[in-house]
Amino acid sequence: MASRLRAVKEQEQSAERRVVSPPDPLEPATAASVRELSRTFGHRTVLDRLDLDIAPGEFIALIGRSGSGKSTLLRALAGLDREVTGQLSVPGPVSVAFQEPRLVPWKKVLANVALGLRAADPEASARTALDEVGLAERASAWPATLSGGEAQRASLARALVREPRLLLLDEPFSALDALTRITMHRLVLSLWTQHQPAVLLVTHDVDEAIALADRVLVLGEGQITHSSPITVPRPRDRDHPDLVALRLRLLTQLGVPAGETD
Amino acid sequence: MPETAEKGLNVRDQAELTDTVVRSRGGVLAAARPPTRRRRGRRWHRLISPVALVGLWQAASSTGILPASKLVSPASIAHTAYTLVVTNSPTYGTLQESLLVSFERWAVGFSIGIIIAVLLAVVTGLSRVGETVADPILQALRSIPLLGLIPLFIVWFGIGELPKVLFVMLSALFPMYLNTFAGIRGVDSKLGELGHVLGLRRSEMIRHIVLPGALPQALTGLQLSVISSLLALVVGEQINATSGLGFIITQAQQFLDNSVIMVALIVYAILGLFLNGAVRLLQRKALAWRRDFGQ
Repeated sequence: MASRLRAVKEQEQSAERRVVSPPDPLEPATAASVRELSRTFGHRTVLDRLDLDIAPGEFIALIGRSGSGKSTLLRALAGLDREVTGQLSVPGPVSVAFQEPRLVPWKKVLANVALGLRAADPEASARTALDEVGLAERASAWPATLSGGEAQRASLARALVREPRLLLLDEPFSALDALTRITMHRLVLSLWTQHQPAVLLVTHDVDEAIALADRVLVLGEGQITHSSPITVPRPRDRDHPDLVALRLRLLTQLGVPAGETD
Repeated sequence: MPETAEKGLNVRDQAELTDTVVRSRGGVLAAARPPTRRRRGRRWHRLISPVALVGLWQAASSTGILPASKLVSPASIAHTAYTLVVTNSPTYGTLQESLLVSFERWAVGFSIGIIIAVLLAVVTGLSRVGETVADPILQALRSIPLLGLIPLFIVWFGIGELPKVLFVMLSALFPMYLNTFAGIRGVDSKLGELGHVLGLRRSEMIRHIVLPGALPQALTGLQLSVISSLLALVVGEQINATSGLGFIITQAQQFLDNSVIMVALIVYAILGLFLNGAVRLLQRKALAWRRDFGQ
């Protein structure tokens, strides 16, 4: 797949500033590279010269208070925001799973997964993807008849069938009940292990971030204010001392002093 | 609104129907509330009150409370209908022949109107240029009361088939155009974003997202177009008709034959019910994806 480089506004004037990401044999290519990304809404600066690199296959969780610009960053990476300034390089295909599954209501589940798919046999690929997320038997169901969990599975299948190098997950589990969420966490991890896309999971749930990610980023004041790698092997025990300490650190970063949770 | 549509072209609802059409031409309606399926077992309960009313009517006629010169009895209407069907009288021809002529007028005008409406709505709905060029004209035209155009139509197009068909066509066009346009513009922008993320081409976006998304409201438009075009048929057909149900009515008027007028109106009503049912069936088939229409 050709490298997708979206030059934005200021770069269109100064072409020499463009980050062209050539396949460098010495350095591993990034799944996404962001430099000095800014976005303002009226007078409010949501992203302020933000830098971010996502390594291939890396699972990143991005947390932040509501309104901190998590979703804005994700939308910029997805190519849905044309008003951002700075540099943004996302080589390779990108897929998004949104908070609401956004299944096209007038297409059956299988057609939803195959929608816009440029494969030799889109339907067969879609079937395989549905099988992977455990939704094969609902292939010919209307989206309106799916449960919340099933709809998110379909949405994940639709994202993964495109074999993305970067998978963007925009709080996809926040509307699910606790039990379904745990099942979905397991599913996402197994799919990630199998397909190895880089993942950027936007979430407001610190525990979710800790359970899944290689690296947890905190977004605040329009920039990445904190970055914590997690080396504890998966599946992770919630009470692992490293994770307990990390949870406290992250909550403090988010402005929730210790003792106010649970 | 859907409730009115549901009743079809019931003669006694003429006033209400006119109101419906005026309102429908005055603005865009929200998507019709889907018909809730009635319990099959209870359905016949709904027949009790109309049947009772007809019974009372017959009783009033038989006892002479209701003079036949004002309103003929149900029995004599039925008899007239039977006679009109089985005899080919020089005054009226046969009922079925007239119905066919009227239906054809309606079908031709309606089809052309709907096709033009959809084409226009797609152009104005999908392109800002198209909207800027065509929409102001259409908005201006739709505010002209169609019924008031009849004298002009006679001047322009004479008294043959053309003004009648055009009249039906125009009355079908506006509700369909307005609703289809609004439907296209009202497609969830989140699905547009999704299409963008999935890398859909413009043509794919239109085919898979925009047009199907506009369908529910377009079908509401279709329903309103059926109602208003039937009204236009009833009115337009009486312009110097030489055939069709309108001709039967004008003839009967001259011969002061109220029961024939009643028969013709009832036939219009049945036609309306039938066409409405057809649209409803289409809705159920085409909108099967909506849980409320679902199987």
